[in-house]
Amino acid sequence: MRFIIAGIAFGFILIKSEVVSWFRIQEMFLFDSIHMYGVIGSAILVGLIGTMLIKRFNLKDTSGNEINIKPKDNTLTRRYIIGGSLFGLGWALVGACPGPLYALIGSGYLIFIVPLIAAVVGAGTYGVLQSKLPH
Amino acid sequence: MIYELLLKPMPWYIAGPLIGLTVPLLLIVGNKTFGISSSFQHICASVMPKKFPYFNYNWWEDGKWHLQLSLGIVLGGVLAALFIPENYVIDLSADTVATLQGMGLTNLSGFVPVEIFTWSNLASIPGVLILVVGGFLIGFGTRYAGGCTSGHAITGMATLQKASLIAVIGFFVGGIISTYLLLPTILN
Repeated sequence: MRFIIAGIAFGFILIKSEVVSWFRIQEMFLFDSIHMYGVIGSAILVGLIGTMLIKRFNLKDTSGNEINIKPKDNTLTRRYIIGGSLFGLGWALVGACPGPLYALIGSGYLIFIVPLIAAVVGAGTYGVLQSKLPH
Repeated sequence: MIYELLLKPMPWYIAGPLIGLTVPLLLIVGNKTFGISSSFQHICASVMPKKFPYFNYNWWEDGKWHLQLSLGIVLGGVLAALFIPENYVIDLSADTVATLQGMGLTNLSGFVPVEIFTWSNLASIPGVLILVVGGFLIGFGTRYAGGCTSGHAITGMATLQKASLIAVIGFFVGGIISTYLLLPTILN
């Protein structure tokens, strides 16, 4: 339930701040406005401060367990360059990343079911090809 | 009064910090590292054969929270739609408006251009390239890179991971190619 509530808050903010908009994504990649950079930049800053406080005060989660931030594999490079660029191509075409795909469908833009299904198929294709791809 | 406020767009300096709070919040309430594209993997793992290592895990046990988060985001969209006025037009920069009009888009109202995002467009090559191929690249690319805007650009950058910095540079390389080369070509 708590994750559904977190999702509702997140989806609501994604729509109201217009970051789900194809127009806003074009504006970002055209470097015409601070809007998207402001959202992402200030999100990183608050996330950075939040995680630093968690580490600094050795905070526990609500069940009393040690908080464990799942790290990315920082020994690899190619998967981030290639995978990241392929995602970037799709991001600017569709004008939405995964969170906004879900939020747009909820807000009534049902056509985004098509890129969502395509994205799931894309993820499945990656899973099948994983062992053959450079990482 | 509150209703009037909710009808207004949320400025970046409020939305950004709230989105950033998701990272420590999910760590504290559930010991979960924020990310959204993993939900695609779990959906696949629920139907794909386990002979592929990528799908060989307990998708419900590990992925339930991602799927609940995704469902919540859909519901958040439903809720937000109640506070979107009729004939909503985003206050885009004049340069962007000029560029988009130059690509032949005349209707810039709403959240997405209706000239692209309509069902009938699925019968056209530009429609398929944007909606289907673009969607495929989102899923394939995020899973290849192990994260999307939330997992890499926000969580990964906020936790100072080199992998995420490289991924975000990749996001922009791809995005710039699409915006400056592919979209103008496709829409012509």
